[in-house]
Amino acid sequence: MARFKKDTKSGTPKINTASLPDIIFMLLFFFMVTTTLRETQLFVRTQLPFATEVQTLERKSLVSHIYIGPPFQTRIFGTEPRIQLQDQFATVDDIASFISAEREARAEAERPLMTTSLKIDRETTMGIVTDVKQELRQVNALRINYSTARGEVPASPRR
Amino acid sequence: MARMRPEINAGSMADIAFLLLIFFLVTTTMDVDVGITRMLPPPIDPNAPPPPPVRERNVFVVLVDRHDRLMVEGQITSIDRLRDVTKEFLLNPYDDPSKPEKRIEEIPHLGEIEVSRGIISLQNDRGTSYEMYISVQNELAAAINEIRDEMSKEHFGMKFSDLRDQELIDAIRHAVPMAISEAEPKDIGG
Repeated sequence: MARFKKDTKSGTPKINTASLPDIIFMLLFFFMVTTTLRETQLFVRTQLPFATEVQTLERKSLVSHIYIGPPFQTRIFGTEPRIQLQDQFATVDDIASFISAEREARAEAERPLMTTSLKIDRETTMGIVTDVKQELRQVNALRINYSTARGEVPASPRR
Repeated sequence: MARMRPEINAGSMADIAFLLLIFFLVTTTMDVDVGITRMLPPPIDPNAPPPPPVRERNVFVVLVDRHDRLMVEGQITSIDRLRDVTKEFLLNPYDDPSKPEKRIEEIPHLGEIEVSRGIISLQNDRGTSYEMYISVQNELAAAINEIRDEMSKEHFGMKFSDLRDQELIDAIRHAVPMAISEAEPKDIGG
């Protein structure tokens, strides 16, 4: 019977946890690489419309964003769609100086490739969008991208 | 007296880490910016002479009013039919005299080919919803992309989006131009 006594002496076997830090680092690097840091805080809602014929926006460093939509804080700012440039509300007249500031920040050779991405809420009316487009034409920022979500267009919007 | 330090069993930590990893893998949507890219027309020089008028048969008027109703060439149309109507206009398969002219062009890799002179003129009201506007833009782009696909399949045996050779892409782009003109803003009412 003495033979069996040996087993009770050793406790639970130790698990080698040397690879745990590797796993945690893998997680960390994964999120560091994939996360797109949002440099601006949005004040307006931009629920994008759907489209199927979309192109991917390349060269993110050459893209400047214009946000248009109803403000989140409706009690302070109302429900009328507003324009947001960088991290503040703006009017159509501010677009010219915004675009020239964006141009200044890029190398001269890359300026013709600059794109303006319009992130516009789907319930906005075209009036304000047309004003913005006219202003962009005036300052020669002609490459624009109507930002959309990828997906089927709903059967018949509004109606 | 050396006391044995109790060790915490950390073997299940890896499981927890993997659980987290899988959770985030599933829930993270990698935010890729996609959209419809367009070139705006350059600003109008007030001193420049007005451009020569485009013949009426070459212009395809798409109009969206402030109630999001769609009117194509003077007829109220549903958005489901827009794609087919646009394709028929641009291709003009029966050489209908009310549809656009074609001119024969010599394009590298394609040889002599008929290029439609049709222009789509998209007009909208200030009250049109952005969603409807994008839907219309999307359908027009889809029509042109379908024509490009067909031509690409006929000549190169693959879809336009699968072409990798920049010269072939340019050839198709030249043969089927993305001729969408956004009109000067005006109130068309409705």
